Parts: sequence; structure tokens; C-alpha cells
Amino acid sequence: MQITERMARPSAARIPWVTIGVWSGLAILVLVAYARAPLATTAVLTSTIRQSTPIILGALAGIMCERSGVINIGIEGMMLIAAFLGFLFNVWTGDLLLATLGALLVGAAVGAFHALMSITLKVDQIIAGTVINILAVGLTGYFYQQGLTTRGKWSSVSIPLLADIPVVGPVFFSNPPITFASLILIVVVHVLLFRTAWGLRTRAVGEHPAAADTVGIAVNRVRYINVIIGGMLAGLAGAFLTLESVGSFERNMTNGRGFVSLAVMIFGKWTPFGAWGGSLLFGFANALQSQIQFLKNQLPPWLAWIGDLPPQFIGMLPYVLTIAVLAGFVGRARPPAAIGKVYQKE
Amino acid sequence: MIAEPEIVLEARNITKRFPGVVANEHVSLTLRRGEVLALLGENGAGKTTLMNILYGLYHQDEGEVLIRGEPVRIGGPSDAIRRGVGMVHQHFMLVPVFTVAENIILGAETGRGPFLDLNVARQRIRELSQRYRLDVDPDAYVKDLSVGQQQRVEIIKALYRNADILILDEPTAVLTPQETEELFAIIRSLTAQGASVIFISHKLKEVLAIADRIMVLRRGRVVGETTPREATERSLAEMMVGRSVMLEVEKGEAHPAAPVLVLDQVTVLDDRGQQVVNGVSLEVHAGEILGIAGVQGNGQTELVEAITGLRPVRSGRVLINGRDVTNASPRRISETGCAHVPEDRQEDGLVLTYSVADNLVLNTYYAPPFAHGIVRDDRAILEHANLLIEKYDVRTPSPLTLVSALSGGNKQKVIIARELSRKGRLLIAAQPTRGIDVGSIEFIHQQIVAERDRGAAVLLVSAELDEIMALSDRIAVMYHGRIAATLPAASATREELGLLMAGAQPLNAAGESPMDGRAPVNVQQRGI
Repeated sequence: MQITERMARPSAARIPWVTIGVWSGLAILVLVAYARAPLATTAVLTSTIRQSTPIILGALAGIMCERSGVINIGIEGMMLIAAFLGFLFNVWTGDLLLATLGALLVGAAVGAFHALMSITLKVDQIIAGTVINILAVGLTGYFYQQGLTTRGKWSSVSIPLLADIPVVGPVFFSNPPITFASLILIVVVHVLLFRTAWGLRTRAVGEHPAAADTVGIAVNRVRYINVIIGGMLAGLAGAFLTLESVGSFERNMTNGRGFVSLAVMIFGKWTPFGAWGGSLLFGFANALQSQIQFLKNQLPPWLAWIGDLPPQFIGMLPYVLTIAVLAGFVGRARPPAAIGKVYQKE
Repeated sequence: MIAEPEIVLEARNITKRFPGVVANEHVSLTLRRGEVLALLGENGAGKTTLMNILYGLYHQDEGEVLIRGEPVRIGGPSDAIRRGVGMVHQHFMLVPVFTVAENIILGAETGRGPFLDLNVARQRIRELSQRYRLDVDPDAYVKDLSVGQQQRVEIIKALYRNADILILDEPTAVLTPQETEELFAIIRSLTAQGASVIFISHKLKEVLAIADRIMVLRRGRVVGETTPREATERSLAEMMVGRSVMLEVEKGEAHPAAPVLVLDQVTVLDDRGQQVVNGVSLEVHAGEILGIAGVQGNGQTELVEAITGLRPVRSGRVLINGRDVTNASPRRISETGCAHVPEDRQEDGLVLTYSVADNLVLNTYYAPPFAHGIVRDDRAILEHANLLIEKYDVRTPSPLTLVSALSGGNKQKVIIARELSRKGRLLIAAQPTRGIDVGSIEFIHQQIVAERDRGAAVLLVSAELDEIMALSDRIAVMYHGRIAATLPAASATREELGLLMAGAQPLNAAGESPMDGRAPVNVQQRGI
């Protein structure tokens, strides 16, 4: 073997030419669409970001857990419980910031519960996640009373100057706080995982816990902390639903978003930006279907047939897309090697 | 006489019990600066337990550990690391998807604040590489490295943490002879620069070659201490096993008869679709042992898999007893009387979660006397198991014990018992003694020779040149998927085989390269 003095290689990924190609193609498409129908295009794109917010937050939650080796299929339940209690905090205190922080804490608590079950009590991690999902539907459904009202929800904040840029401005720089936070968190989680010591340890624990143990890393502590951080991210996704998007709680309002998050996480090969791509795709499909239903009568003649489809079919679009993407385009996604396995010293 | 160097590590009266066994009983050990202490013992003698205690992975029940004269409590690996103890585990502790540099800094990260900076690490890794001649590319991914290179990464990992007491747990078990030589050079350069090494092994030759002092463990106790100058392979083996051991295999003249296994221009692909067996033609006759020598990865594994039906034959023919079994199912091949001792006993030889008894009928369970129709006959299976356990000296608490609970040597005996008790006409044994203790090796060698004397044809594949030379009647050297030469074992020398294994052209064999002849080639006209 010869030592080759190679350029420093980033550990996260090499330059993703395919991704760059896809995104430049999409950018051109957006420009063309904007030239023909500026209002509808901006509306669809803005809605894409909003729709993708809970998905990417859920996916980030999954990434934090699974990179450290703990499967988390309880994201759906974590979101739902945090959405519910966040909503109640808002009812009681009338303070959106307090309510959001409350939802974060609730997420952390449910995350800690998941960690307790799957790390300390060594419950099968799929079962532990299922327990959370079932508990969430049952508890929130049982305690939910109709007719509770709040004093509103988070409203959009525009960043001066940047928000005035056509298309990009309204889409990225004029959003409510949790949506902004989700965009920032993508970068934060990426940096955390791939550029910090904590991230290196987290990934080591998820890949080869015995190796981490032999260099003095407390495997289960790292896992606990990551699962709790994951719980907080899922909690924020829940807060988005009741405190930013809808403004009130409905039974089972997460509506499968936690599971879509997991799909998106796998689609993104357990990387934040990859997952963001998947979330945007899902968000876009969602935005598109609502725009189509909204603008049914204004479609150009060659697309008029879409307006004649039953609305249920158009409503399926995001989910069909999720299935297609997962089944067809993902290729071989390799999960962290030690995922789902309890670490025990022999 | 110069004064003896200081004692850097001392263990006093260490006792460690696990449920049902005493792994270490009043074990004491001293390690001096700059020396190589070999810890010799069979599998299960307590070597690894003792080292895990020194590295903080276990805690002793009794006894104390002193580092540089100071009593210490090693609560975990980080305590050991802080006190300069580094350990290279038998199964490497490396994350395959990380780069070399990432693996090395893990747990001792460099950088600004929480952010990683690999450049500082790369620099130090290069320095260490140069200082101890441990060539590795800091930016290569560990999964792309050879086993020998991964071991170097492990050593650098310890040195990076300023370890000057280095524990190497069975470091040569996975290495080729060449890699072992390189490792020894590294160990010498480490001790020359003041490091102390504990070298764990059960290989006598290696221990004699590298150690300054040798400590022998048996059943958790220290049974003796010696030096390479005083000891011989024979005396070490006796200390280790507790009785006298035959190191040489006793075997008489071979009486080869008709060919049993015939390979005709066989080509085979590996998992990545590369052609790794390139037109191999061989004949193995009844009553002889044909040994295939070669450095690992020259197509031996794939060849054996192809013969036994575990991997498709791309072209060429495989005949057993004159019947064409090319690409036949493993069961059909097994039923022609082909016994197979696979290379990877954990993966291919046993079902670890089955009992010893069930593992002993893995390829016969479906036929009488073990099954009547679809109903298995537990009594027949149990009787069969008791018989074989007795005959093949398998040390197991009961036939119903899970085979995973047995030691490596006894696991292999289970496979040997299953395969040889069928009295087939062909035995294919791949790495039959890899990683197992001297006592079991002796037994397995005797069994293989007994098979030959019974009239079976034996194809032996081994990375251990000593084993090939001790057992074989003829030796075929495999290089880059071809049989480079076939030599009579009686006159083959280590040097000659070593050269052939490294790709040198066989002497006087210019016109007989196996690539053009369809018949197997014997290079017998060498001057003797």
C-alpha cells in the first residue's frame, strides 16, 4: 500500500452532482412557472415550505435518534402529544412562546420515556415506539375537550429587504418562527452530526458501540441525550401543528406525518439535507394538490382533465408520491449498523 | 549486567469469577519497560479476561493493579487510556464507515470548541506512521482497508492516546504470514522506543519469535513463566495443555488410488463479479491429502464454495466419483459422499442457536434414522449425539447445550464429528484449525489423516503453511485464481512454497503451466 497524499475529504459526503443537477432543473422549472403564473407559483412554493416543516422536523428527530442507534417509530406519537399539550399550554397561558417551550419540554419528556424503554429497560425499540404512538392517540383523544379557544397562533415575520426579493423572498424570508427555526435546524443538525465531536461520537455509537466504549465513550449516555434531543425536535413539529399552522387541536391531527418523516429520513439516507429534499417533495405534492383543488376552474385547457378528477384522487398525491419515492428512487439506503440493538458489555 | 528496566505494570493476585467459572484465579503479572511479555494459553484460559481487567472493561473481584508502582482503580477504558494503557482487541474496534483519522480521534477529538479539526489529527497520524513505520492513509475509509492495515490503525489509535503499555489480543489470528512479519517489525520498533507490549497468543512459534518473557495460563491460573531461550515449542505446548502434545503429525505412506474429485478448467466469480478462480484443474485421489497453499484471497475460498455447491461454477466441470456435480445443489453434492468443513465455522458450519445434537445432524436430519417421514426422531438424534461427543471428544456439558456456548475448538470438533462420521469418499477441509487451541488442533489433524488412511480423498485448504506441509501428500499452490504448481509434499520446502505463493514462476515448469493443459500438472522434475 502506498500512502497517497490526497486532498482532505469531507466525511459527510462527496460533491453530490446528481443533487445539484436535480435542483438546478427545479430552479429553471420554477422560473418558467413564475413567468407564466407568478401568484400561483409563489403560493405553491410558500405552501411547500410550510407543509414540509413538520415533516423535516420529524425527520431530524428520527435522524438524531437513529444515528445514535435507537430506532424511533414513535415520532408520530411524540408529535401528537406535544401538539396537544402545546395547545393546552396556549389555552392556559395565552403565551405562544411559553406554549412552544412547553411543547419542546413535552417532546423531551416523551423522548426520555422512549430512551428509558429502549435503552435502560431494553424493550424492543419498535415496540417502544408503537407504545408511544398508541398512548398518544389514546391519551390526547381521551383528554381532548371541544370548544377550547386560544388567543391565536404564530404569525409570519418578514425579514426586511430579503423578503422583498421576488419568489425567494416570500418563500424563505417571510415565515412564522417555527418554520424559520426548522430551516435553521437543518443546518444545525448537519453541522452537529458531521462537524462536531459530539456528532462523531453519536455516529460511532450508532455504528459500532463497542468501539466507542473502548475509547471511553459512555454509549448509553450518548444515546439518551440524542433520543431526548430527537424528542424535542418532534415536539417542535407538534408545536408547529397547533401553534403555528392550524391554531387549534383536532383528534389525531398529525395524520401520519410522523411516519412520512421516517420515510423522508430514509429517503435522505439519514442526512439532514437529504431528508429536507424529501420533505420538500412531500410538501410540494401537498401544496400542489391543494392548489389544484383551489384553482380547478382556472387550469389551462390541456390540464383541464385534472380538474375533473375526484378530489380524493388529487388528495392522494402526496402519499402516492411518498410510496413511489420510497419504493423506486431510494436505492440502497444503509441504516446505521447498530440500529435497534441494545448495547451491553459482555 | 545492566539494571533491569522499571516495572510499568503489575497485577497482583487477580481473581475474576463469572457465573459458573473462575476466569482468573490469583493471577499475577509484571511488565517491564521496553519488553514484550507473551501471554500464552488455550482458548478459554483467561488471557482475554485478564487483559480486559487491565483495560477497565471488567473489574476484578480480588487483587490489585499497579501502574508505574502506583495502585490504581481502572473504572473504565478511559481510566486505562489516561494511564497510558492501550489495547488492540482481537475483533477490531473500528467503525467501518469512518475514515482512519475519524476512528483514531474518536473519543479524543481535536478541534476548536465543539467543532472537529481533522488536520491536527492527520498531522499527528503521519508523524506516528513515520516514527513506527505504520503506513496508513488517514483519509482512507476503514472498510476499504485490509485486515493488516486495520490492525495498524488500531495500533496508531493507541499510540495517538500516548499509550506506552500496549496490549495486543491475538493480533496474528487474522494475519497472513507476511503481515505477521510486518507486525513483528512494528512491535520491535515500538519496544525499541520504550513502549511495553503484552502479546496474547496461542501460537507457539510466534511467541518464541517475538517475546522477551513468556507467561503461560491454563484454566485461569498462571502455570509457568519462561523465556524463549529456555523454552521450546514442545515444552510450551505441554505447559499450555497440561500434558504432552504431538506437534508433528504422525502419518504413514499415502496409497493413492483412483481419483475421487476431478476439477476440469473451473472458473468462479466472487461476490463482486470478479473472476477469482481462473480455470483450475485438479485431481484428488482416494487415499491422499492434497493441500492447497496460498495467501488468503487468491480464490481458495471461492473454489471450495464452488465445489460444495455454495457458489455457481461459471465454466468448467466438477466431478465427484465420476459423476458430474457441476452446479448441483449442496445437498446433492453432500449425498455423493462429500464432507465439508467450511472456512467460516460460525457462519457456514453451525447454526449457533441450535443444540450440539441438532448441529450434529444438520445434513442428515431429513433421512432415517433421524426422521420418519416428516417426524424427527429425537431419541435417535440424541443417541447419535452422545456417540459422536464421546468419539470426537467434544467438551460440552450436554448434547442439548447450545453450540454457541462451546469454545472455538469444540465448535470445530462438532463440525468434524458431523462431517467425518458420515464416512464419505471425499473430505473438503477449509482452514480446519484456524483460531483453535493446540490440543484440538492435534486431534483434528489426526482425524484428517485417519480419513485419508481409511481411503477418502482429502482436499485441504489452509493459510497456515505449516499445516499444509505437515498434512499434505501433494501441495498445490494457488496464486491469482490459478494453480501455480503442484509439488510432492515430501520434497517441497518452505522457501519454494513461499515464492510460489508470492507469484514466482515454478522451476522447470515452463511448458507445464496449468493454464494450457487440461490435466492437473505435477512439477516433479525439480532436482531433489
